Amino acid sequence: MNLYPSIEKLPTGIAGFDDITEGGLPKGRTTLVSGTAGSGKTVLASEFLAEGIQKMGDSGVFVTFEESPEDIRRNILSLGWNVLEWEAQQRWAFVDASPRLEQETVIAGRYDFSALLARIENAVRRTGATRLAMDSLGAIFSRFEDASIVRNELFRIASALKALGVTAVMTAERRDEYGDISRFGVEEFVADNVLILRNVLESEKRRRTIEILKYRGTSHHKGEYPFTILPEKGIVIIPLAAIELKQRSSALRVSSGNRELDAMCGGGFFRDSIILVSGATGTGKTLITTEFVAGGVESGEKSLLFAFEESREQLFRNAVGWGRDFEQLEAEGKLKVVCDYPEVAGLEDHLIRMKSIIEEFQPARVAVDSLSALERISTLKGFREFVIGFTSFIKHKEIAGLFTATTPTLTGGASITETHISTITASIILLRYVEMAGEMKRGLTMLKMRGSAHDHDIHEFNIDGDGMHIGDPFRSVAGILAGHPVMIDPRG
Amino acid sequence: MYVFTLYITGENIHAQAAIKNLQRICETAMTEECEVQIVDVLQQPEEAETHYIIATPTLVKLSPAPTRRVIGDLSDLPKVLSALGLEISSQGKTTP
Repeated sequence: MNLYPSIEKLPTGIAGFDDITEGGLPKGRTTLVSGTAGSGKTVLASEFLAEGIQKMGDSGVFVTFEESPEDIRRNILSLGWNVLEWEAQQRWAFVDASPRLEQETVIAGRYDFSALLARIENAVRRTGATRLAMDSLGAIFSRFEDASIVRNELFRIASALKALGVTAVMTAERRDEYGDISRFGVEEFVADNVLILRNVLESEKRRRTIEILKYRGTSHHKGEYPFTILPEKGIVIIPLAAIELKQRSSALRVSSGNRELDAMCGGGFFRDSIILVSGATGTGKTLITTEFVAGGVESGEKSLLFAFEESREQLFRNAVGWGRDFEQLEAEGKLKVVCDYPEVAGLEDHLIRMKSIIEEFQPARVAVDSLSALERISTLKGFREFVIGFTSFIKHKEIAGLFTATTPTLTGGASITETHISTITASIILLRYVEMAGEMKRGLTMLKMRGSAHDHDIHEFNIDGDGMHIGDPFRSVAGILAGHPVMIDPRG
Repeated sequence: MYVFTLYITGENIHAQAAIKNLQRICETAMTEECEVQIVDVLQQPEEAETHYIIATPTLVKLSPAPTRRVIGDLSDLPKVLSALGLEISSQGKTTP
């Protein structure tokens, strides 16, 4: 049902933005973009115009109140957009209203901004622009001391833009991330629509978010959405709620790469399912990962492995030790191993990069070893958003995913990662050390397997030169998962 | 000789007041001759663009140096005179 049929939206072309706004910016209207210093306002304003030129053939006008056009050009060029060419083609025009320090200016009497309006209208006519950005309003308030005149004049400009059919964004500063919408109360006068950009320091991690505060007379997604700013791409918003809805579900099964494990889960993993492998260090998580990706290749599927804990050399050596030749598989183009330190980028950047590698390589299965390593570099909320964003993406593409999580104690307990993502995964495989009669053994169990019958026993397993061998269930032992195995009398 | 450019937009009240006030200043407070070019930015928006004009009326004093800008309809006479570097004493002569 469409409650608001009257307001048309203009797709911006900014990644993710049109999802959270359900179609883009209200067409022919002015939207205020408010944010603290460094929150990405100028980038958003520039990208709104750049994407219009690149993707829709819309020309744009950039009115700058603060930085010089030279500075803005340099920033836009650094994002990978050739603004000089667009200016030469009359598809992009600057209206330079930045302060000119060399000329002393005095105010003596009544005035208005008719000259600015005339310049804007002239630039719009000259380029045939349908998009306009004004950045940033705070600078003009500090130059013309009478805030009420400035507000009136900005309102007049916004009305004139509406009459011209131009869709506009105006940026404004705010002092606090969670305080007044903007300084000088611009939002009450200028815009029916308000977006807030935030750049919050949370648990020593920077987190950028965008929120649609008001979108008068039109529907949109609520809440804060994380985003990142990348060279060549600009702003990339991660529209969590929007992508979650589209997931399909598959009844097709794929091999885990281990016949005994396949048998335990009733004939293999579901093709579009997410499997979490949880265990202490050294219990065999990397082995299961290795068998999973190698098993994919064996059954004719391309596999992709993201490794965040071990070096490439270490991984390849391990694989050889378990009878798998990663080097050969990579050379054949059937496997791709991407090793990275989690700390090299923020979690949002990792997500974008991982997605583009998947888009490029088109694997049928993806493994991440380990998720816990990524959790270290993020806040709790950021991590959850990453996991939701990533799992939604691979499920949507019907890719089988296997993630590992490291538990802090050797013999039992849940990992932090596990606690936060267990609801998202279809299956959880627990790996545990079991101390029995002075001997360390390894145990494996399927904690859950959504939509399928599966083995509930805790099996002992061994690792040798061929990989993992799952044996019989532990009998006459209780308390393994809790980390305190005790022998029980089998006769009951 | 004083050389000014006065930027206005059409024939609104601010423009009319600015022209009238400037005329009066030229006649009463200046010892030298006064040359004024009036630019209507509605007719010549490129002129406003080239000279970075935002508000109208804007009076730009081009000569004698230094260049000065006065925004507004010039109704605040003491402010206009001090901005243009005209001596208060010359104003004193005209208003006994």
